[in-house]
Amino acid sequence: MQIKENLKEYDVIIVGSGAGGGMATKILSEAGLSIAIVEAGPYFDPANPDQMTQMKWAYDSPRRGRGTTRPFGDFDQAYGGWDIEGEPYSQVGDTQFRWFRSRMLGGRTNHWGRISLRFGPDDFRKKSIDGLGEDWPITYDDIKPYYDKVDKLIGVFGSKENLPNDPDGFFLPPPKPRLHEMFYIKGARKSNVKVMPSRLSILTKRINNERGVCFYCRQCARSCMAYADFSSGSCLIFPAQKSGGQIDMFVNSMVRSVTTNEEGKATGVSYINKDDKKEYKLKGKVVVLAASACSSARILLNSKSKQHPNGLGNSSDIVGKYLHDSTGGGRMAFIPDLMDRKIYNEDGVGGMHVYSPWWLDNKKLNFPRGYHIEVWGGMGAPSYGTGFNVNAFNKFFGIPVGGYGDVLRKDMRKYYGSLIGMDGRGESVAMKSNYCEIDPNQVDEYGVPTLRFNYKWTEHEVKQAEHMQNTFEEIIHNMGAIALGNKADKSSNFGLTKPGEIIHEVGTTRMGNDSKTSVVNEFEQLHDVSNVFVVDAGPFVSQADKNPTWTIMALAWRSSDYIIDQFKKQNF
Amino acid sequence: MDRRDSIKSIMLGSIGVGVLFESCVNGVSNEEIKKTISKFQYGRTEKEKAYDKKLFSIQCFSKKEMKTITQLCNLILPPNEFGSIIDAEVPELIEFMAKDIPSYETTIKNGLSLLNQFSIKNYSKSFIDCNENQQKEFLDEMAYPDPDLSSSEQKEEVQWFSLMRNLTMTGYYTSKVGIKELGYVGNTPNVWDGVPKDVLDQYGLSYEKEWIDKCVDQSKRNETAVWDNDGNLLT
Repeated sequence: MQIKENLKEYDVIIVGSGAGGGMATKILSEAGLSIAIVEAGPYFDPANPDQMTQMKWAYDSPRRGRGTTRPFGDFDQAYGGWDIEGEPYSQVGDTQFRWFRSRMLGGRTNHWGRISLRFGPDDFRKKSIDGLGEDWPITYDDIKPYYDKVDKLIGVFGSKENLPNDPDGFFLPPPKPRLHEMFYIKGARKSNVKVMPSRLSILTKRINNERGVCFYCRQCARSCMAYADFSSGSCLIFPAQKSGGQIDMFVNSMVRSVTTNEEGKATGVSYINKDDKKEYKLKGKVVVLAASACSSARILLNSKSKQHPNGLGNSSDIVGKYLHDSTGGGRMAFIPDLMDRKIYNEDGVGGMHVYSPWWLDNKKLNFPRGYHIEVWGGMGAPSYGTGFNVNAFNKFFGIPVGGYGDVLRKDMRKYYGSLIGMDGRGESVAMKSNYCEIDPNQVDEYGVPTLRFNYKWTEHEVKQAEHMQNTFEEIIHNMGAIALGNKADKSSNFGLTKPGEIIHEVGTTRMGNDSKTSVVNEFEQLHDVSNVFVVDAGPFVSQADKNPTWTIMALAWRSSDYIIDQFKKQNF
Repeated sequence: MDRRDSIKSIMLGSIGVGVLFESCVNGVSNEEIKKTISKFQYGRTEKEKAYDKKLFSIQCFSKKEMKTITQLCNLILPPNEFGSIIDAEVPELIEFMAKDIPSYETTIKNGLSLLNQFSIKNYSKSFIDCNENQQKEFLDEMAYPDPDLSSSEQKEEVQWFSLMRNLTMTGYYTSKVGIKELGYVGNTPNVWDGVPKDVLDQYGLSYEKEWIDKCVDQSKRNETAVWDNDGNLLT
């Protein structure tokens, strides 16, 4: 096969354009470095009318928004999902790992929940606390200045709470709670569960003249046309281009491997152009992988050479190991007080206005790591599924369920907006035995060897999920609501989600000081190859009961500063 | 599923009273397809556009089946001053969903067939030719699931009617007329400033001062944020 080589040598090639790749693009390009971004999906701008889904109505879709082609519904801005035609992955044994990929400029930042939590001091030293997993090679104090900078650059609302392990930042003011959230506050407090304003990267207040202010449509999952939420394209890459950065963008380009020379140093990347299916090469002095934890591990493992027979950066055999996702559990409830409620616009921001950070001490519990609780409910925009089983709650009042005719109209009105849901999102323990590796028997439609997964939850996660279910039930009772469905029990691992379903997979190229037990150093630089970096969630040593995005960006900024410094010292 | 296979499996599993139903057939004119495509502008990728176009080019239900579906939906949710299931394009939605969710095709067709078998047995005419009272007699048999059983444990015809009721309800309440009737007033730019006072009063609730002091002052939302070194917002 003929491989087409681009003669230009970039200072930095960045693979992937999500949170980590976007941040690296912004910081490195503003330092005057020439950048090539290589993205596996198409160009995407939430303000492009041909791609926009924000402010669409269910009836703008022939399936009224149902998630046939996009798992979170027609209007969700993730091109991809857990299953992508032509890009398979496989499982070993009874593993049921679910790998979500979004192929588009900005990646998963276009649809994510915008929950923007800093890790706390304890989150970097979990082994010292409970003896499990590993401590990070950095502390909260090392990363704090970067969290501060991310807050100010991107914008996050929240409130000062002075909690030891949920550090405050530079917050925009949060929105007032919705009605069902006030029911949650009441129930949670009665159950001694801490509740506070949520922390989301949505602009409740102006931060600059390039981005708009939230206009409260609750549709952040559709990526904001006013750039009032954090998406990597609208908040990092476009501004970097605007401020004159030397940035070439290669979209629809699937990276196969990092190329290396005789000395074992990286020389660039090879990629498949999805449009003509031909292979191309790009040259760069530095390669920054930001393709997502599992994709970056896959690229490294597929970059075998004489100098790197076990894959690039993998002399430790740790690439792919310690893969871990957040745990998840949930419960829904019906609030009889909210029947026949007055209807007004309570869309609010895209997500909850209140949440519960982890509020207990694991030393006094039978599981080692915590979880936070997210809340949803209220009077959402009708979409496919609205009106299903319209009067199922009649059974709580001994009234017949079902029927037909005008009575259904009354039932629709009566129960609209009376539902509330809680979701627990927790920390799992990183295990060496949970990993992804190259499947020797399969390639994707571009001829690139695919991943297979080995993953088993431990008792730690199952016990945590059981605790979630007990907590939800108590809060539901205390807010005067009726829990729906049966309580998840041991037979279903207490409702614990499958690994990968929460889409917080991290840990596959973990950082550390010891090159035998880690893949990158504290600056996310491969121990084995000094001009290759990984700035997605792969370097996470442990995950915390927080969402990973804010930490991905703080670390990517810190590593980018280090890369700039190394360029100045002429080390590349 | 291959179209011919689906016909075969329906014939093999036929309930046999001689009510023939056609399977989804190609047969939509190019002009119609174009019209439908231009109606639904919702930010599709090229792959998604091709998938939608494929479904738009297939007609799943026969004219008679569509007539039966329409009458059934009208009984489930009769027209009122806001509109009707016709205004809400519920039959069109059901036609589309039978292609978008392939298992619905057989399920819905079998149910329509069953409905006609009942009506032929009782009144020697198909459902659509019965008068409304007769039609409602059939609905009464299917419309009330046993609340103590899960949906998959209900009788087949009850399950089928629940599906049709769900599609009718969701089709209506996700349409322009249905959204208006429900009274949903969002999906429009606005400034959220908390639950209206009269609603708080209705539930005996109030915002706590300590909490509300942390929240956004919407009169200053357009002033650019400035903080002191400790993260206190100054603007």
